[in-house]
Amino acid sequence: MNQPNPPIPADTGPYTSPVESRHMNHRLASARFTLLELLFWLAPVAAYFLFPGHYALGALIMTYALAVLGLDLVLGYAGIVSLGHAAFFGIGAYTAGLLAVHGWREPLSGLLIGGVAALAVGAAASFLVVRGKDLTRLMVTLGIGLVVYELANKLSEITGGTDGLSGIEIAPLFGVFAFDLYGATAWWYAYAVLLVVFVALKFVVNSPFGLSLRAIREGVNRMPALGVAVDGRLRLAFTLSAGVTGLAGALMAQTTQFVGVDALSVPRAAEFLVMLVLGGTGRLYGAIAGAAVFLIARDLLSDVNAVYWEFWMGILLMATVLLARGGITGGVAALLGRLPNGRASNDSKVARRTAP
Amino acid sequence: MTRHSIPRRRFPSLPALAVAAAAGMTAPALAAGDTVKVGLLLPMSGSFTEYGRQMENGIRLFVKQHGDTVAGKKIEFVIKDDGGIAPEKAKKAAQELLVRDKVDVLAGFAFTASALAVAPLAKSSGTPMVVTNASSSGITAAHPYMVRVGQTLPQITEPAGRFAAESGRKRVYVLVADVTAGHDAEKAFVRGLTAGGGEVVGSVRVPAQNPDFAPFIQRIKDAKPDAVFTWLPPGEATIGFIKGFNQRGLAAEGIEMLGTGDLTDDLTIEATGDPALGVITTGHYSMAHKSALNETFVKDYLESYPGDKRPNFLSVSAYDGIAAIYKALEATNGDTDGEKFTAALAGLKFESPRGPLEIDADTRDVVQTIYVRKVEKVDDKLFNVEFHEFPQSRDTAK
Amino acid sequence: MITNLTGILFDGVAYGSLLFLIGVGLSITMGLMNFINLAHGAFAMAGGYIAVLALSRAGLPFAATLALAFFGTALLGGVAERLLFRRLYRAPHLDQMLFTVGFIFSSMAAATYFFGAGQQLVTMPEALQGQVRVFGVDLGIYRLFLILIVAIITILLHLMITKTRFGAQIRAAVDNQDASAGLGINVGLVFSLCFALGSGLAGLGGALGVEVLGLDPTFPMKYMVYFLLVVVVGGSGTIKGPLYASIILGICDVAGKYYVPEAGSFIIYVLMIVLLLAFPAGLGGRRA
Repeated sequence: MNQPNPPIPADTGPYTSPVESRHMNHRLASARFTLLELLFWLAPVAAYFLFPGHYALGALIMTYALAVLGLDLVLGYAGIVSLGHAAFFGIGAYTAGLLAVHGWREPLSGLLIGGVAALAVGAAASFLVVRGKDLTRLMVTLGIGLVVYELANKLSEITGGTDGLSGIEIAPLFGVFAFDLYGATAWWYAYAVLLVVFVALKFVVNSPFGLSLRAIREGVNRMPALGVAVDGRLRLAFTLSAGVTGLAGALMAQTTQFVGVDALSVPRAAEFLVMLVLGGTGRLYGAIAGAAVFLIARDLLSDVNAVYWEFWMGILLMATVLLARGGITGGVAALLGRLPNGRASNDSKVARRTAP
Repeated sequence: MTRHSIPRRRFPSLPALAVAAAAGMTAPALAAGDTVKVGLLLPMSGSFTEYGRQMENGIRLFVKQHGDTVAGKKIEFVIKDDGGIAPEKAKKAAQELLVRDKVDVLAGFAFTASALAVAPLAKSSGTPMVVTNASSSGITAAHPYMVRVGQTLPQITEPAGRFAAESGRKRVYVLVADVTAGHDAEKAFVRGLTAGGGEVVGSVRVPAQNPDFAPFIQRIKDAKPDAVFTWLPPGEATIGFIKGFNQRGLAAEGIEMLGTGDLTDDLTIEATGDPALGVITTGHYSMAHKSALNETFVKDYLESYPGDKRPNFLSVSAYDGIAAIYKALEATNGDTDGEKFTAALAGLKFESPRGPLEIDADTRDVVQTIYVRKVEKVDDKLFNVEFHEFPQSRDTAK
Repeated sequence: MITNLTGILFDGVAYGSLLFLIGVGLSITMGLMNFINLAHGAFAMAGGYIAVLALSRAGLPFAATLALAFFGTALLGGVAERLLFRRLYRAPHLDQMLFTVGFIFSSMAAATYFFGAGQQLVTMPEALQGQVRVFGVDLGIYRLFLILIVAIITILLHLMITKTRFGAQIRAAVDNQDASAGLGINVGLVFSLCFALGSGLAGLGGALGVEVLGLDPTFPMKYMVYFLLVVVVGGSGTIKGPLYASIILGICDVAGKYYVPEAGSFIIYVLMIVLLLAFPAGLGGRRA
């Protein structure tokens, strides 16, 4: 995109001065869990026991959170805005779904294969994505998403097209826990997958690779001088990100036993993006918070008024931007002054406040 | 009253045991024996808000006319938004209806994806499903207690092909939206047309979202067929196509336009305006259908919802869906056990505002008269006026 | 089919003109002002509803309808800018994106509330309907009209930006806000007027587009890809870029759909990706 200060895609408005370089706060960048984080991960478990009858919502939130985590890796850490992540979500979903329809019913292997399929397509797509600046990338990823959607739509003999892919039957988890009417197994399955991927991603973003991604994002012009192969790292980040979102798609296919072509749609990709920005980018926790707040708000608002809930959702999104720059976790970070693993990534004001 | 049976698990599930306990705690303390809860899945938000509105109106009108008590049971409705074509939303909503609201019957389902996404769930809880609109062929096979009272796409489309051939429109160009429903409509129409000795002189599938029909309409013009058959999703696509067809002077060259009822639905025909005049469609319901029952239906509908649009096939099918539920409950004396409920509906015949209606005893699918209609002006308003019929039409794709 | 080439070219240019009309306002608010304005479609929708009310309900003449759509939407845009959007000029792009998506959500629900969820009826004046035969080729009159409007708008905008004092102020304010303020330019006012202009053009595009694109409350979401397409492929900061982009995309899409309809839905997307990779700064990118 054409802006006066090009180094930081997606991050600065047209008139901001370049974000001052900050020291990495090594204590905050630790891959270990803090007490606050433990509480964060216990919260869903508490919700599980406090709100029986809401397992479907809980599993949905965790599935979306996983997809948005993938997006955060590429947007929050590598600075690439993607409106095409629904493609990877859908590829994961169709892969896992088609496996089950054709007799491969074991959930864990199906999940992994779904993720790997999305990873592979993501690797291919990554060559197209690293070119250009943020709006160009946004449109290229959007284009990829649209092409994949049209393919799935055209191949309706295989995918079921707009009628969706039905007849997915999943074997009990570990051969023991059947997927039940209440969605309890699905809930725990989603929780476990989310937690495992989260821990893995925490290591990734705090590894030298993860740190180099942030450095690339903050000052792309300087990195080649330091001997960093910028494009290669961005491609790797995009590929990993596609894989994570693909896992989420596979999880969705297995827990809902259905795949609709809307899993690949642009509105779905836009939802991921909205959730991530709402939660706050570049923090991993923002992805989860954003998915949770968005989906719970949608649930509550559409129970109040099924027709006009979008009006209030719009107000909520606008208010968040006006009141808390950097999304929910950004606002919380600004309030607390710090957040475990937190980096006020997309707002220079918060960044300045939290910087040492 | 019989609760839907809890799914039998072949495997013990630790978390599920905890759930069962918790669910027991929250079960509403109402006298369950006196009510029958019907969970309605309707598209209330997004692009298909109007569909949900039409369906809800039809349901409310039936209750208004016939009361809310059947076989000594009070009928309670719980409406949930399925978000249009958003199967996982539909599935989540259905799960909540079954687990939280403990509904006895599921009804509604505007789209096939929603019905198919919910089917495994309803199957495992043994809950009957009454589908009032989802139209893909053969979906009732997905769940032994699924009954369809709306229409199937091949059912309303194949007669268009037969009519075209019978009426001398032998050379037909086929244009459909490149989505599953479009593909199905194309197949069904061609089957009807070729069976009657007609010929497809060209065909094209257009993108579902297609702002400009010019290049496709030009192709049709070049092919010089007797008629063009069209299936497009109702809305800006049908309106845009009809207008473009008219602007480009195809009608003036003697090319006629055929379609399914979707093309000139009562919901969109007023926004299409005069270019729709003369379009011939096949469908199961027109607001202009001539029968005493329909006259009452239309009059009551317009009086009850003065700010809303005309009743269309969605309203009447939802109305009939509730009628079917009432009839089943009368027959079972209020029992919603899946087996008994479905048995009561299989083979049922009754008169609907659209005409005679029958539920096939084996497939649980709808059997009805399909009408051939032409858009004409009646009292300065556009209507689909019926002039020919194909009685006892079935879902032919199976 | 070669004989139809002229007709196909004409249809392509006309379709491109339509794309340009619905996107040109965004090339002001996003392209020129560098504000990620996904709410563009909401203003286009507003223009559409103004047109429907003026033309079909109030029975105003078509020209008056278009003027009303332009100025009415410009006023709405100006007010929204003063109350809301101006707070976000310095915000990160992602926050602008989230805010404008929220704005779309609310405006779609509001449109449903006021106008209902269905498609609106619009009937163009008789004079703009039908076809004329020019050198053996049938040309749609409404399409000719769209091409004419595009020519007028392009010339006017080009003159305004390059030749007038206001244009110079816009360019100065966009390039360096602080320095412009120091030179005595009322930056706040320039930005408000600029945003109002972009919104007005969106409204005009919406009003002219209703006949082809239809109008219902999902309009802002449904056509967002097309708005963005024109501006991003065209490149920011110019009027020429989006014009070239629209015409190229229009011709290729129409020709592709006519000659290879099997590939119908892919053509415009694949072309978009190719153009973006070949010209990452856009066809008319001022600052590559």
